[in-house]
Amino acid sequence: MELTGWGRYPRFETRAFAPTSLAEAARLQRDLDGVIARGNGRSYGDAAIGAASCLCAAGLDRFHHFDESDGHLTVEAGVLLSDIIAAFLPRGFFPPVVPGTKFVSIGGMIAADIHGKNHHGAGSFGDHVESFDLALPDGEVKTCSRVENTDLFVATIGGMGLTGTILEATFRLLPIETAWIAQETVVARNLAESIAVLTARDEAPYSAAWIDCLASGASLGRSLIYLGRHASKSDVETLASPSQRGGAVKTARRLSVPIDLPGFTLNRWSVAAFNEVYFRKGAASAGAPFLNAIDPFFFPLDGVLNWNRIYGRQGFLQHQSVIDAEHAEAAIGEILTRFARRGNASFLAVLKKLGAAGRGLLSFPSPGFTLALDLAIDRGVFEFLDEIDAIVTAAGGRVYLAKDARQSRATFAAGYPNLEKFRAIRRRIGAERHIASRLSDRLGI
Amino acid sequence: MANDKFLLVLGGASDIGRATARRFAEAGWRIAIAGRDVAALQREAQDIATRTGVKVATPALDILESGAFEGFIAGLDGLPDAVVNVIGLLGDQAKAEVDIAHASLILRSNFEGPALLLGLFAERFRVRGMGVVVGVSSVAGDRGRASNYVYGAAKAGLTAFLSGLRNRLAATGVRVVTVKPGFVRTKMTAGLKLPPLLTAEPEAVAEAIYRASVVRPRDVIYVKPIWLIVMTIIRLIPEPIFKRLKL
Repeated sequence: MELTGWGRYPRFETRAFAPTSLAEAARLQRDLDGVIARGNGRSYGDAAIGAASCLCAAGLDRFHHFDESDGHLTVEAGVLLSDIIAAFLPRGFFPPVVPGTKFVSIGGMIAADIHGKNHHGAGSFGDHVESFDLALPDGEVKTCSRVENTDLFVATIGGMGLTGTILEATFRLLPIETAWIAQETVVARNLAESIAVLTARDEAPYSAAWIDCLASGASLGRSLIYLGRHASKSDVETLASPSQRGGAVKTARRLSVPIDLPGFTLNRWSVAAFNEVYFRKGAASAGAPFLNAIDPFFFPLDGVLNWNRIYGRQGFLQHQSVIDAEHAEAAIGEILTRFARRGNASFLAVLKKLGAAGRGLLSFPSPGFTLALDLAIDRGVFEFLDEIDAIVTAAGGRVYLAKDARQSRATFAAGYPNLEKFRAIRRRIGAERHIASRLSDRLGI
Repeated sequence: MANDKFLLVLGGASDIGRATARRFAEAGWRIAIAGRDVAALQREAQDIATRTGVKVATPALDILESGAFEGFIAGLDGLPDAVVNVIGLLGDQAKAEVDIAHASLILRSNFEGPALLLGLFAERFRVRGMGVVVGVSSVAGDRGRASNYVYGAAKAGLTAFLSGLRNRLAATGVRVVTVKPGFVRTKMTAGLKLPPLLTAEPEAVAEAIYRASVVRPRDVIYVKPIWLIVMTIIRLIPEPIFKRLKL
């Protein structure tokens, strides 16, 4: 069948297998060649498309164990984050790290070593994984943790599925007092201010800046910065609006984009208008802290089902890079300038401060600032992004594999200094050729 | 959330059984899921218990061993408030046409076993004065067709049995619900090409069972209402014409 990532580019024919038990998954891992595990298909590019086959984890969706006393949860790798939140938010627990969508599988969260709005303090998801069971290329299942099979542990976290198939994982949920986020919005008038606020306010557990990437000149890099923390019971008493107090929490009906919008609906003017309205509306609410629900705070785009179709059938690219604090303002300023000059449509431009590097050999996060932008696929886009990559590489940064569909081998090798160690582990366990995605083929992993 | 209600699902490791048990567990019911493959049951029991915090038991049951039914019921941790049977076997029609052992297996798995066991529960519910018996039957039982009449005949038998049981117990506190899911996307139908308009997800079947049992009492439900129209038309076709059709 033809498969794509969330960005709907590229498209490849691949065979799909859907094991219904962990034992069957391990057998398939042994028997198939050119295979990669696929969770919920939310990586953007070609990471979850097998060179020949996909091992789809949707049927590995059972919860195994939860320890109320310390929050340890064990689930199969195909369990979705949305299922975990649905089951445990009402019981007063929340995942330690969540990405910008809750429709990701736990296996995918480990494979991409995803980060969230709390990375500057909490690290990435891999930092919270206690252990997991990994089906190796020969079908053997090994438990990996900080004390057991540690080389496989650090290779698999952020390893994009290229060391084997994660079958189940244990990590800790954190206790929360309420299901609310105490949120504050800060307006930053330009990039320097955006970086300064994200730095000065890193006491806030959650923070991210939404950049109006069509603003230029003196306003280049202007942003709305969302700061948040889990609200305590006393926060709820002081911050609740009258409707929230009444307990009438409306769950907004989700909008959906049922069909592909024609590509021309996104252009310089429509996006500029959207961003202008968005920015003014956000700026108007800046200042006073207020209560927000989990979904709109963490997963705003999940509110629009299939928002990826907004870019039309040809799909889109997301470019996410990280650059250290010393070079961030200059390099990100240059990137934003080029995007603004090109005038390409981008709904999403998110700037976020990252903390300590992930423990995985191919983990994306490293200290500094990460910038993510969307681009429709049009004439010249690949050449344009190669130029952006050159800025990233010159600043000593890297490009995120989970979002990637097109970076070059040179950009990749420059950004990931542990690549040789990772390859050596792949050779040792017999993963070369045996476990291969379109991404690993493209980048020569 | 917890209440003191107790649900028993016969065939709890199947997709519909699993979804049904989860739906009731989310409403706070204590659960037992019965079936042959105890390892598979335990995987589902852990899943449901971890998600919902309710207790889930996994009694072993072979629907072909009717001699063990009394002992099975006695071994449960109390008499359930509701029992749902989702045990069924699609089988292989072509094989059943030439192999009476296979035909017998289809008939016994879909009709004899479930009917006898549900009958035992109904009798105990009658004595107690309350209870809900839910049988998952099939639209295939509404009219015999060349493509699956052995399975269809067994389901027709189950439908008739449930209908009679409901009739007999109408004046008591015991309710009997017949569920006809139509096509469902499950392990049983994996690999078959199913028409999207006529195909339900296991969760939709579970929700329909929960509603018909607990929220808004119903006697016979088609999970997707379009099936009522489809099957009414199929039933109305005169036999001299019907026998020549390929359906």
